[in-house]
Amino acid sequence: MQIHSKTRWYWLFLLPFIGTLWPPIFASYRPTLAGFPFMYWYLILWIFLVAILSGIIYFIDTH
Amino acid sequence: MYWSAFIVFLILFVLVTILGFYAARWHHGDMDLIEEWGLAGRRFGTFVTWFLLGGDLYTAYTFIAVPALVYGAGAFGFFAVPYTIVVFPIMYIVMPRLWRVSKQRNYVTAADFVRGRFDSSLLALAVALTGILATMPYIALQLTGIQAVLTAMGLSGHGIMKDLPLIIAFVILAAYTYTSGLRAPALTAILKDLLIYVTVIVACIAIPMQLGGYGHIFHVAAAALPAKKGSLILSPKLFSAFATLALGSAFALLLYPHAVTGSLGAKSGRTIQRNAALLPLYSLALTFIALLGYMAIAAGIHTTDTNLVVPLLFLKTLPTWFAGFAFGAIAIGALVPAAIMAIAAANLFTRNIYREYFAAKTGRNREAQVAKIVGMIVIIGALFFIVVIPLQYAIYFQTLGGIWILQTVPAIMFGLYTRWFHRWALLLGWLVGMVVGTGMAAAESFKTSLYPLHFGHSVILAYAGIWAIIANIVVTVVLTLIFNGMRVSNGQDGTLAEDYTTEPVEGAAAR
Repeated sequence: MQIHSKTRWYWLFLLPFIGTLWPPIFASYRPTLAGFPFMYWYLILWIFLVAILSGIIYFIDTH
Repeated sequence: MYWSAFIVFLILFVLVTILGFYAARWHHGDMDLIEEWGLAGRRFGTFVTWFLLGGDLYTAYTFIAVPALVYGAGAFGFFAVPYTIVVFPIMYIVMPRLWRVSKQRNYVTAADFVRGRFDSSLLALAVALTGILATMPYIALQLTGIQAVLTAMGLSGHGIMKDLPLIIAFVILAAYTYTSGLRAPALTAILKDLLIYVTVIVACIAIPMQLGGYGHIFHVAAAALPAKKGSLILSPKLFSAFATLALGSAFALLLYPHAVTGSLGAKSGRTIQRNAALLPLYSLALTFIALLGYMAIAAGIHTTDTNLVVPLLFLKTLPTWFAGFAFGAIAIGALVPAAIMAIAAANLFTRNIYREYFAAKTGRNREAQVAKIVGMIVIIGALFFIVVIPLQYAIYFQTLGGIWILQTVPAIMFGLYTRWFHRWALLLGWLVGMVVGTGMAAAESFKTSLYPLHFGHSVILAYAGIWAIIANIVVTVVLTLIFNGMRVSNGQDGTLAEDYTTEPVEGAAAR
């Protein structure tokens, strides 16, 4: 079976690269969340975002 | 000697041994075929692949080394978080293509693909040797995870007794890897990760409760880190190092032979893509494991052997029997990736060295038998590495290994999309990358993978692997233009465009 991935949407995958590999965005202490300095909860947030993003793109790819 | 911890540890170890041998009967297949022994017949679904890749990419060494780095350096150690975030988009886009073309053309290794795509056994040999060289120290370092927990439990004898538990563990590992192939780490990975998740969840709730909460832990760490020349928030002079190390490590991770083997063991390209969405759960676990480094600071753990940071923290803050449970998780967490790495190295040796250069002469195809024996030799070799050679060298080699693996990106990853690059240009580019990367690491006495490059008056500190891959790509592009201009033969492409997009029908029975 030939599959046709909707590769245009793959450009969205640039977001996690920009969001997590550009330290000036997140290298700060404030605002804290539940005791976690910004840098830490921001990066944890991205773990969820990349999972959701992959899930969405998978959905687009297969429908 | 912590007996209750040791008994729990021993029970878990026996359990994983039984599972390892039982795995040979799981999803019954003909173990005399390399695709069955070395890739488990490419039949693992989403669930098993999740455990297999998770167990593969997040190793015992990670669990020991990342908190150790965070304990010593603070924020810089958290490069592991962006690293294990950006790895998933790369996996989602690239690995299904590799899976599909490998399925169509019966490739077992990445070097098989390179050979078919570029019609160059020499380029395939370069890829295979890079993979084997990078994998050996990685297996050896898994042993340090086991060593660390054994030492923490007070199991440290003298002379041969010192290494005896390690030798027993690895002989058993070699035996069930021989009999069960990739099925063994796949099945034991399920047990391993259940143990790891229980450990992480308990540790990250119970320990902060004792230490006064996460806010307090961060406060104590912020105050203590400057004395170690670290910091709680990444300092601007480390921005480029942090980002390049994360990016380079992410690209390298997927091209390690064990990651390729784990991916090719899946039953479809879609299975890998589903996993790209589900695997970040491991990154979340890794983040909290990294935070154990700060918890150790807050708990007042003082040790010069940073490998002991996590084991000592567990013994100090958790009930002894539960520390044993956690140690079992770490030790099994070493065995799973060690087995996959040994199988991956054996596949490379068998397919791209033995079959290519030796089997043609004997005229016999005994791939699976050769792979099984090589797998054992690799495990015993890694054991020898760690028992005889000082640990520091294994760490140096591991650092180099990441830089080296990254140099196979043009041949493998770019090769999945285009055949524009000339095979000889790829080979020479690889060679330049290897020399530049190794030279930079040597200039830093192998103590760090970071290299400060001078541009006029400014200095950029970055991962040596990134500098090396830039040199690699520039050389590859320039030489491709030259070779194509001179009309040097570029061989025959052994793959078709549709090979990269052909997916087995979901639900169809595996061959």
